[in-house]
Amino acid sequence: MSESYGKLMKDGLWENNVVFAQLLAMCPTMAVTTSGTNGLGMGLATTAVLVVSNILVSMIRHTVSSQVRIPVFVVLIATLVTVVDMAMNAWLHELYKVLGLFIALIVVNCAILGRAEAYAVKNGVAASAVDGLAMGLGFTGALTFIGLIREFLGSGTLFAQASNLLGPSFAFLEMKLPGYGGALLMILPPGGFAILGFLLAGKRVMERRLEERAAQKAELAAA
Amino acid sequence: MNTAALTAQPVASPHAHGGNSVTRTMFRVQMALVPATLYGFWLFGWPSFFLWLLTILSCLGFEALSLKMMGVTRIKRTLFDGSALLTGWLLAMTLPPWAPWWVAVVGGFIAIVIGKQVFGGVGQNVFNPAMVARVALLVSFPVPLTMWVSPLPLTSLAAPDFIDGLRIFLTSLPQPDAMASASLLGHTKTELSRGIDLFHSLAGEHAPVLSWIGARSGSLGESASLLILAGGLYLVGVGIISWHTPAAVLAGLAIPAAIGHSVDPAHYLSVSAHLLSGAAMLGAFFIATDYVTSPNTTSGQIVFGLGIGFLTWVIRTYGGYPEGMAFAVLLMNALTPVIDRFIKPRILGRDRKGKPLDIPEGKEA
Repeated sequence: MSESYGKLMKDGLWENNVVFAQLLAMCPTMAVTTSGTNGLGMGLATTAVLVVSNILVSMIRHTVSSQVRIPVFVVLIATLVTVVDMAMNAWLHELYKVLGLFIALIVVNCAILGRAEAYAVKNGVAASAVDGLAMGLGFTGALTFIGLIREFLGSGTLFAQASNLLGPSFAFLEMKLPGYGGALLMILPPGGFAILGFLLAGKRVMERRLEERAAQKAELAAA
Repeated sequence: MNTAALTAQPVASPHAHGGNSVTRTMFRVQMALVPATLYGFWLFGWPSFFLWLLTILSCLGFEALSLKMMGVTRIKRTLFDGSALLTGWLLAMTLPPWAPWWVAVVGGFIAIVIGKQVFGGVGQNVFNPAMVARVALLVSFPVPLTMWVSPLPLTSLAAPDFIDGLRIFLTSLPQPDAMASASLLGHTKTELSRGIDLFHSLAGEHAPVLSWIGARSGSLGESASLLILAGGLYLVGVGIISWHTPAAVLAGLAIPAAIGHSVDPAHYLSVSAHLLSGAAMLGAFFIATDYVTSPNTTSGQIVFGLGIGFLTWVIRTYGGYPEGMAFAVLLMNALTPVIDRFIKPRILGRDRKGKPLDIPEGKEA
């Protein structure tokens, strides 16, 4: 594969971000980003599934015929999700209770099958693993960011109950804005859509500015 | 966005410009709101004036900011066409008169940025911006948005003076219980849920007849139903709005109310209580008649208005919130494209079904 790993990382984290560019996986994005901790937990669980599924799909890509590939991929992904689901139930029980059904629903997360179809089935094992990691981290970052904004506006806290996910040593992350009642709407789905809309607009403005700057620089260099 | 197209002078001959413009329409609507607003200031004192002022200023501020960010060159022209001012004014009319300052600022942001400019500005919004803000505020901040004060006319001794008013507005001091009160719809809903029927809960200060003179708690646009009605009739009179939408809204609210009240007066409010409480008058004449978010045809407007009235009654009677006008307007706003799809204006030279009109032979020039 000619693409460098750096390019893969950049693609996953920014250029082709699952949420901010591909607009995939909207269901978990809207449903679990009511707090930064939930977003982070969901993102990490998805990342784990994504990396392993990309590796496995890439490994079996020559043995599975293209007619039956989709059911095979789905079975693979479902198995992985079940493993993650049970692992979280065992070791991160508090977070599992919050995320609940959405962990199981990673199976139907279009980003995972999408990466298997679009990348892993055509590329080597190492590249697929990096792609899965990059996409997963991009997804995690987006979910955590949206979650933090919604959490801050909606209930005036940051990383509430982070110690449930990361262990008691991370309790210092938890912050609370005293005397702020919170805007309930931000926790509800309309708030999620509004925040996502503003973030998308912000990303596009930023990209346009960067392009303009690059064009100016090119002009200067040419002159 | 393109207000120039509405005000530009036509160049070719068969067109005549009526002389009307966005600014002029908005100005007349504001004129119609003046009596009720002034009366509201007198009833609720300085805090309500500060709230009104800041809501409008915040709407104008966010409008200017959005226009600047979108790269509009003639900001002043669009900013002062009166539409943002009217949105702020209408929003202020629906807020509790003693709401704290940040309610006004957040409300202005939601109304202008999320409700209007995101869709492309004047004439492009799907939902009525003032109602979007009202609902978003109510859902987000249920406590300050349901704190109604009893009227304390400016001339009475207990009314806060200018400085006290400013202090109430800026620091949202906890209000003494004697001043806090429930609006009629909220009061009856609470009492009904406690098992007290309307015959008992409506005695005393909540007698519906008081709403004629407005001496009861509520928002600026709720208290003086008669003045709002007068302003609305003025708008119908000068031709800014047609009578179809308001009449349909009031009918849609009054008919189910009359049926319910005649069946069981202990549990269903009377027609007059429904029509004179909450945002019924304001909604019927000033909100539902918004050109942008209501259907194009008169029959469409009647369907739209009946829907708003009926939904308002349903939400007031069976819903979780005491007042449902804002929700009803938003729901029907969402249905407006559907209504417009089924009830289309007749094309010039064609009949309703779109077939060319029969033009008798020989009469063609």
